[in-house]
Amino acid sequence: MSTGLFILILFVLAGLAPFTRRYLGNTAGWVFALFPFGGFIYYLSLLPAVNTGQLIMESHAWLPVYGIDFSFYIDGFSILFSLIVLGIGTFILVYAGYYMRPYPMKGRFMGYLVFFMASMQGVVVSGNLITMFVFWELTSISSYLLIGYHHEKPEARSAALQALLITGFGGLALLGGFVLMAIPYGTYELQAMFANPDAIRNSGLYLPALLLILAGAFTKSAQFPFHFWLPGAMAAPSPVSAFLHSATMVKAGVFLLARLNPVMGGTELWYVLLSAFGAVTMVAGAWLSITQTDLKRILAYTTVSALGTLVLLIGTGTEYAINAMIIFLVVHALYKGTLFMMAGNIEKMSGTRDITKLGGLYAYMPKAALIMGLALVSMAGIPPLLGFIGKELIYEAKVYAPSWRYLVVVASFFTNVVLVFLSLRLWLDVFGGKTPAYSKKPAEPSLALIIGPLFLVLASLVMGLFPATIATPLTSAAVISVSPTIGAIKLKIWHGFNLVLGLSALTVLCGVLVYKYKEAVIGFANKVNLRYFTREFAQLFSAGIEYFLLITKAQTKNIQHGYHRFYLMTIFVVASILVWSIIWRSDPLVLELDFSDMPLNLVAVVVLIVTAALSAVATHSRIIALIATGVIGFGITIIFIAFSGVDLAITMVMVEVLMVIMAVAVLYHLPRYVKYSATGARMRDGLVAGLVGGFMMVLVLQAGTSQLEEPISEFFKEMSYSEAFGRNIVNVILVDFRALDTLGEITVIAIAALGIFSMIKLAREQSQIKKN
Amino acid sequence: MESVILQIAARHMRPLLIILSLVVLYRGHNEPGGGFIGGLMLGAAFILYAMGFGVKKTQESIFFSPVTMTAVGLLVALASGIPALFAGHIFMTGEWVTFFQGSAMELKLGTPLLFDLGVYFAVAGMLTLVMFSIMEE
Amino acid sequence: MLILLAVLIGVLYGSAVYLLLRRNIFKLVLGLIFLGHATNLLLFVASGLTSGYPAFVRGLAGETGKMADPLPQALILTAIVIGLGVTAFALVLVYRFYSVTKTVDLDELSENE
Repeated sequence: MSTGLFILILFVLAGLAPFTRRYLGNTAGWVFALFPFGGFIYYLSLLPAVNTGQLIMESHAWLPVYGIDFSFYIDGFSILFSLIVLGIGTFILVYAGYYMRPYPMKGRFMGYLVFFMASMQGVVVSGNLITMFVFWELTSISSYLLIGYHHEKPEARSAALQALLITGFGGLALLGGFVLMAIPYGTYELQAMFANPDAIRNSGLYLPALLLILAGAFTKSAQFPFHFWLPGAMAAPSPVSAFLHSATMVKAGVFLLARLNPVMGGTELWYVLLSAFGAVTMVAGAWLSITQTDLKRILAYTTVSALGTLVLLIGTGTEYAINAMIIFLVVHALYKGTLFMMAGNIEKMSGTRDITKLGGLYAYMPKAALIMGLALVSMAGIPPLLGFIGKELIYEAKVYAPSWRYLVVVASFFTNVVLVFLSLRLWLDVFGGKTPAYSKKPAEPSLALIIGPLFLVLASLVMGLFPATIATPLTSAAVISVSPTIGAIKLKIWHGFNLVLGLSALTVLCGVLVYKYKEAVIGFANKVNLRYFTREFAQLFSAGIEYFLLITKAQTKNIQHGYHRFYLMTIFVVASILVWSIIWRSDPLVLELDFSDMPLNLVAVVVLIVTAALSAVATHSRIIALIATGVIGFGITIIFIAFSGVDLAITMVMVEVLMVIMAVAVLYHLPRYVKYSATGARMRDGLVAGLVGGFMMVLVLQAGTSQLEEPISEFFKEMSYSEAFGRNIVNVILVDFRALDTLGEITVIAIAALGIFSMIKLAREQSQIKKN
Repeated sequence: MESVILQIAARHMRPLLIILSLVVLYRGHNEPGGGFIGGLMLGAAFILYAMGFGVKKTQESIFFSPVTMTAVGLLVALASGIPALFAGHIFMTGEWVTFFQGSAMELKLGTPLLFDLGVYFAVAGMLTLVMFSIMEE
Repeated sequence: MLILLAVLIGVLYGSAVYLLLRRNIFKLVLGLIFLGHATNLLLFVASGLTSGYPAFVRGLAGETGKMADPLPQALILTAIVIGLGVTAFALVLVYRFYSVTKTVDLDELSENE
């Protein structure tokens, strides 16, 4: 099995999903889950080889001329991400298969999920920037479809659109960044870039490329000030929140930054930008999560905070920071996936996910309470779960940060205190305390709903208990691929009594204290928010979009005014200006008026045509205009004959007769001419007409006296009889040399005829319906 | 539009025009003429008849509707490209067969002629279709 | 002769443009026909003027005697027939337009919106 085939299978599965539901029924989730599970096993089996430093590459030609191929580059980091995507994906599919039962269009929903999984898997194994971009955009599109799954609700639609606009804008920026990045290398292959990282850093393109790539990564990973789409995305069903908007898709930005770290990282600018955005996002996410009451929105803001932490760690770039980043990535995916699934379960079982309306659920669902409790312990960073190791490493990274040490330590202390507080709140206020009146009697969620959270929490626990034997092999290769110059730290749960441990203890203590005085703290946070953040970012964004639409509407009304003749006039005037300016600057034409090659009969014909044309323009009678048109046609026929266009002349005669007959048949139904335009308008139109006619005249004179290339007709002359057995070259060209063109032409003719036929026939049927 | 002169003219002109259009079609490869001109003539024959006798009568006097004629024309033109595929050439390459070679009646027939026949029918069908549509009103 | 034909083409293009800018939709179709004529003539003239030597060969080997350029003629022939199709379509469209809106004034159409 290869990666390309695997992704292809997933895409095919996504396409088939809507149709399989009928046959698979409620087992669909379990059946679908087999696919990512197979992939999980496959990538796990690659791990030993990768840990010894091997790279797995694969390439399928796509547009080799432009250096764009479907190539895959699989190292430790790709494997780690693949395991997260496919491992969590397996459980999400099982969960979703059951969770979505009451909703319509379940099959399509599963299809979207698998579609996303395939795209995300594509992102993490891409070895070519353009391939990665394509998959990247596909994740945005699947996110849009999934957020807007409840499309009958307006807020779901607007949240979906918002997410799409922001990530789509970022995606465009990213494409620009990729293109710039590829210039110094002449290829989009990651491998070539890793081999020579200095090429881009030393080129002048580094700054613009970096800014564009960051725009893409920050929008995708919901960094402040683009964070607001993520809480909005909670309009999606819970499986989506658990999968896309916590564990995988939002991490695509982080993935990209980490992936490009060996090439783009290591500069002062990289350090400053990533640290600043990451730190602000981390603190802002934590702060904004305090006042939320919706379970999923609380989790969404902590996700924003976690993404900030990850970006900050990549920016810091030290040995500890990169190790912490990798571990925290896993930790966060495990506990946040669990928590979102559990939030969905709580809503499903109790009918609400408003934390102020929940409580006392332990009595009804003790198993769920236990699982959620373990996940929260991991989130709070308390041993023995993997979360503790993650948090310890983060603290360690920050305490030994190269600069702004105190600032980042304080920021991260604040964030962790909030996390501890929220962990307590999410458990005690949901499962403990008084039992409010529920709309239905809560019950333990069924196996399919709980198996995913259970396994994820167990994974977190096992890795926390045996960091050296299980967690280290999983992550060490990833650390090296993100930052080849540093080594992987051997993970352990006990670091001895040191500053970091003290910091951890203080964090927990403060978190408990905050929980104790939660009313006061939440009240204070609310007050601050009301005072300083009167309008949410999401509202500002939609207001901006609306304003933009207003402007474009007004603009469109100005440009698309609906008067055909002004459209045409714009075209003619612009063309006149352009062509006349070129004529003005080119060499003057030398004309020799030679009356000897002007046979009198032809002069007469030309005069006749000119007169007819002018009278067709000037006349007030439709019939005269039509007759004049006929005269022009026959006049041109004579010119064709005079200059050896025999077939042309015959065709022209036939066509001209038929055209006039048709025009008369139609004209018969039309009213007489009425004078519509004022004299001023006529003079203006006349001027434009004169300008166009004038430059066409000059063009003919120039074209008639110059021949740049040898005409291809010599070939036709030679081959016409010897190869195509025809003496009439024009006909031979039509039916033999250029027969495909002629076929196209008669197709056009047939389509025009069908159009006419249907216009008349439709009208006749409509009038008959009216009569009846 | 019931003109006796037109009717008599149309009745006698139509077969003549049809024959003439076929002649023009056939000789088009070597002398002025061809599918376009022939098709226009054929269309003109039907239109002339329709002007004399009305669309309905004309429709009845020909076996197929103009839509069919157009479609047949397109299909014949398309089909004329296929023999080349069997001969191992590119689609639409001209293929020729010679009958009575060397005799006085030597006759060369090839796919370009077939193609021209397609053009002939397509153009005639389109013309008739359009004019019938307009004149029926 | 070229000068004369150039003037002719210029006049045809000018008339076509003027007719295209009219409000009466029937004049618009006339403008379209004129534009087609003018363009056919332009192509014809641009390929060089040869009088008295139509593009026929006698079937002798290596025959490249003086004759009119056949390729532009083939193009124009195609263009003439397509022009007929387009004109027919436009005429029927005008007719339908009038029977639905009861006007041939294009401005009235956009004001009624």
